Amino acid sequence: MTESKAGWPLYEVFVRPRRGLNHVHVGSLHAPDDRMALLAARDLYTRRNEGVSLWVVRSDAITASTPDERDPFFEPSGDKVYRHPTFYDIPEDVPHI
Amino acid sequence: MVTAEVAEPVPASTQEDRFEAVVAAEQRIEPRDWMPDAYRATLIRQIAQHAHSEIIGMQPEGNWLTRAPSLRRKAILLAKAQDEAGHGLYLYAAAETLGVDRAELTEKLISGRQKYSSIFNYPTLTFADVGVIGWLVDGAAICNQVPLCRCSYGPYARAMVRICKEESFHQRQGYELLMTLMRGTDAQRRMVQDAVDRWWWPSLMMFGPSDADSPNTARSMAWRIKRHTNDELRRRFVDMTVPQAQHLGVTLPDPELRWNEERGGWDFGEPDWAELTRVIHGQGPCNAQRIERRRAAHEEGAWVREAAVAYAAKRSAEQTAVRSGHPESEHTEHVRSEHTEQENGK
Repeated sequence: MTESKAGWPLYEVFVRPRRGLNHVHVGSLHAPDDRMALLAARDLYTRRNEGVSLWVVRSDAITASTPDERDPFFEPSGDKVYRHPTFYDIPEDVPHI
Repeated sequence: MVTAEVAEPVPASTQEDRFEAVVAAEQRIEPRDWMPDAYRATLIRQIAQHAHSEIIGMQPEGNWLTRAPSLRRKAILLAKAQDEAGHGLYLYAAAETLGVDRAELTEKLISGRQKYSSIFNYPTLTFADVGVIGWLVDGAAICNQVPLCRCSYGPYARAMVRICKEESFHQRQGYELLMTLMRGTDAQRRMVQDAVDRWWWPSLMMFGPSDADSPNTARSMAWRIKRHTNDELRRRFVDMTVPQAQHLGVTLPDPELRWNEERGGWDFGEPDWAELTRVIHGQGPCNAQRIERRRAAHEEGAWVREAAVAYAAKRSAEQTAVRSGHPESEHTEHVRSEHTEQENGK
């Protein structure tokens, strides 16, 4: 058992289910390199035609915000209700708006 | 739609309150959230045990891969074994989000420090066992797993959604296999009944000890890891399975099995809990064989894992050389890109 804890890097897997849809994160896997990650992702996440395109990206290449929902990071959008269409009162009888 | 999500901050003062509030609001806990140590430990133990069960679960049926009676049955069985491997990997990945290492979990399985489902310590004596495993064992697994799709821990719940979608094929192929045998000769029908006789009680034991002997259930339910008690799930399984057995034309080996008009469900006998304890503690018919097989596969596969790492290191070194304009490497790069094109064209 020579593989160490720092063995195969972790990859995140994204699948595009059909043309016209975004790639969506589906899970992760370990692989020795990018090519093997792609093959493993195919075998692991698309055994039943779940996708037409796959992305794999090393987890350590992802930059993420902190998990705390109360993080001030998201504050700028919190008090701007006027960005939503429902903020504006328009009379019922005005059509197509 | 957008505003509704923004307008629901979880009111809480401490981390623990916040955790409790998220769970109570039926929201999901995600990997980098704060969580109580005991919650983390419970999940690691449960998810690891679940992952190990999927991996070990390939063995009993794997014995029949080379002995399947037709190409059709062989292809089905192979696809099922591949699914089990896939399920194991989804679950190991979910466990890793809690801060444990895959290699460490494998080591704990092989050294017996972590367990797997007791059901896989029984032997598969005939091909009818393959059908009964699909019908009863995977049927019981589905009963257990469907509520786990709503587990409070996000990565586990998401893995379970994926797994449950695939389990249905496992159960149906098993039932269809048994229907085919039941339409066959008397000997084939006896084979099915024999398999049902051997697997029925171990399948009921898959739901774990009775509620009275399941001290952790209350806490797991409070944390919304678990949604139903062991006995509730066991009853649900029996109610679902009895009509299937009747349709198949087999007898479930329980003299106490009878319809309870009042309750609108089936009453059934008590599993042999002493047997469950024995099997969990290593005295089942196949415990040693299963672990030995897993150890051998892991150790005999070591060179493949090493070769993959060596190859990745070599290629990475080549690419660095190309980028720094080393003339000798240009040929290699050329060949490699052609190779890639070819593969992409497939």
